[in-house]
Amino acid sequence: MHVIRGIRGTFQPFWVTLRNMFRKPVTIQYPEEKQQLPERYRARLILTRDPDGAERCVACHLCSAACPVDCISMQAAEAEDGRRYGAWFRINFTRCIFCGLCTEACPTLAIQVTADFELAGRDPLKLVYEKEDLLVDHCGNNNSYNFYRQSGIGVAAPRGTNPGETPPADVKDLMP
Amino acid sequence: MSEMLVTLALILGKLLFIFGVVLFMAAYLVLAERKILGRMQLRYGPNRVGPFGLMQPLADVIKLLTKEDFVPARADKWLFLIAPGITAVTALLVFAVIPFGPTLEIFGRQVPLVVVDLNIGVLYFLGVSSMAVYGVVLGGWASNSKYSLLGGVRGLSQMVSYELSLGLSLVPVIMMARSFSLTDIVMAQQSIPFMLLNPVAFGVFFICVLAESNRIPFDLPEAENELVGGFHTEYSGMRFGLFFVGEYINMVVLGSLVTVFFLGGWHGPWLPPLLWFLFKVLAVCAMFIWIRASMPRLRYDQLMNLGWKILLPLSLVNILVTGAVLLGLG
Amino acid sequence: MIATVMFYLLGAVALGATGLAIIQRNPVYAVIYLVKSIFALALIFYLLGAPLVAALQVIVYAGAIMVLFLFVIMMLEITPTSATQCTAPGWAQWSPVLLLALTLVTLTLLLIGLDPLASEGVPRWHASPRDFGYALFKEYALAVKIISFQLSFAAVGAFHVGMTERRRAQLEDES
Repeated sequence: MHVIRGIRGTFQPFWVTLRNMFRKPVTIQYPEEKQQLPERYRARLILTRDPDGAERCVACHLCSAACPVDCISMQAAEAEDGRRYGAWFRINFTRCIFCGLCTEACPTLAIQVTADFELAGRDPLKLVYEKEDLLVDHCGNNNSYNFYRQSGIGVAAPRGTNPGETPPADVKDLMP
Repeated sequence: MSEMLVTLALILGKLLFIFGVVLFMAAYLVLAERKILGRMQLRYGPNRVGPFGLMQPLADVIKLLTKEDFVPARADKWLFLIAPGITAVTALLVFAVIPFGPTLEIFGRQVPLVVVDLNIGVLYFLGVSSMAVYGVVLGGWASNSKYSLLGGVRGLSQMVSYELSLGLSLVPVIMMARSFSLTDIVMAQQSIPFMLLNPVAFGVFFICVLAESNRIPFDLPEAENELVGGFHTEYSGMRFGLFFVGEYINMVVLGSLVTVFFLGGWHGPWLPPLLWFLFKVLAVCAMFIWIRASMPRLRYDQLMNLGWKILLPLSLVNILVTGAVLLGLG
Repeated sequence: MIATVMFYLLGAVALGATGLAIIQRNPVYAVIYLVKSIFALALIFYLLGAPLVAALQVIVYAGAIMVLFLFVIMMLEITPTSATQCTAPGWAQWSPVLLLALTLVTLTLLLIGLDPLASEGVPRWHASPRDFGYALFKEYALAVKIISFQLSFAAVGAFHVGMTERRRAQLEDES
């Protein structure tokens, strides 16, 4: 019995490899054929807009704090109506590892992943994406979410001018 | 005087022909191996450079030539530089005695299709192939790296062990052909190839040839997943290329030897002799590739057991039986 | 003419390589020089019309014995000795070598002096493997048998000498 198994074990692999030789390879010939990627594939990051067409990003720095390789950086600024936005927003895709932690950290669903993985290039500086490269004209994977409506902060006037609100403290002033 | 010049020119011509054909075959064997292995593993293999990847060997050569020729800091420089050459040259030298066709008649001259028909051709092959081990060992030792040294020591003991059975499995062939000359051995297989007359010797010889060529299932000297690259761990650029090409030249040479000793050389019906020879060599090489795709690597104790406890006694008994049968037949 | 030149060239190579093998401090280099010397000897045998001996010289000495030497050297990891570690050989070490060399030279000179024909060398002849086999196993069969017996005695002796006390006790226990 042992001997029969040994002999079979020696000759069976030859049959398997011979059979495989006449089967169609499973390789996808990449540049010509493309793989059907899953919907939730994590690749290039984008900044989406809310359904009203305004930028979702409020420059809260949570994504850059969550980023394990520190590839996201931004400068926060405040608009006339008191809402925050990113003065500039930069993602260095030469460092990005496409882990998607930034999208999980984002409270406004602004930063999202897309399935576009074809980022390769010869000049690394071209892989540093600025805000205008990242910002898109659609809502990404959620068509209804608007952060300000959910959170209920109806800021209409500059800070401290709403009825019943004290003016903000001037942090650079020593006076009580 | 002119007679001598013509002979010299003929020998030079044959040398150039063999050199070109063998190197060409070695280069395309690499491609063929990669393609066949790929298909057997449900991949395509190289298919980007040129039509069907046919320019891949050229691309490989350009890549290897333009890489840095690196010598490790504490390595033994001269031996490190020489070792790859030993491997490639010994593999090429064996081809001097291999007859690849019957005697041709060109302009009324008898031209044997072999560089030199030595009357000790078999021993010449054994001697030169026993030199091949020095390339592996000295390369491994001179690199001054643990992995290389282990690979070198493994290669050394493996080749020395299997050389015995290799030589002994050829003794029945010599007894049946009654000559050491490879041409005579081919001529003796005019009607029936020795593979059918003495299948045991063929089996032992084939296994030993696999072991001598350091290919799977006997690739312990390089064993990628244990020893990084074995004896050629520290080599780069064209010196690595020489080891690599040497291995494939060796494949062509050993394929031709199997053809000459057991498959009847250039003898065959219908087709011209040269084509028959080429076809048989390629068939043996395809067999090597098929074995590489199908077999796992032996463990070291299994390797030594197979060599000393099975193949050696088997070939000794085979010599006795062959001798008895030949004596009985008169 | 060419053969004579080749003979002297190869002789010089063999002598030089052997000398270098003796004075090398690195054992691996010594083995390589010895292989070179063996090769030169094999070619000399070939030139003198003994192709079979030449082939056997390469297969047995260069291909098997020196490879085993190399194996042992690599396994033992012998480091090359430095000049400070060893002293120059004194008269006690030199005298046997000198005595041997002197004997050899005297014998050669005596042979040439007694038989003037010997200095001209033997006429060139060619031994095919078949002739060699007949000579070895027909004419000198007895001598060959005795030598092979001696080899097996040597093997048994080596086995006996190399056996450790523990192994011997183990064997006695088993029997």
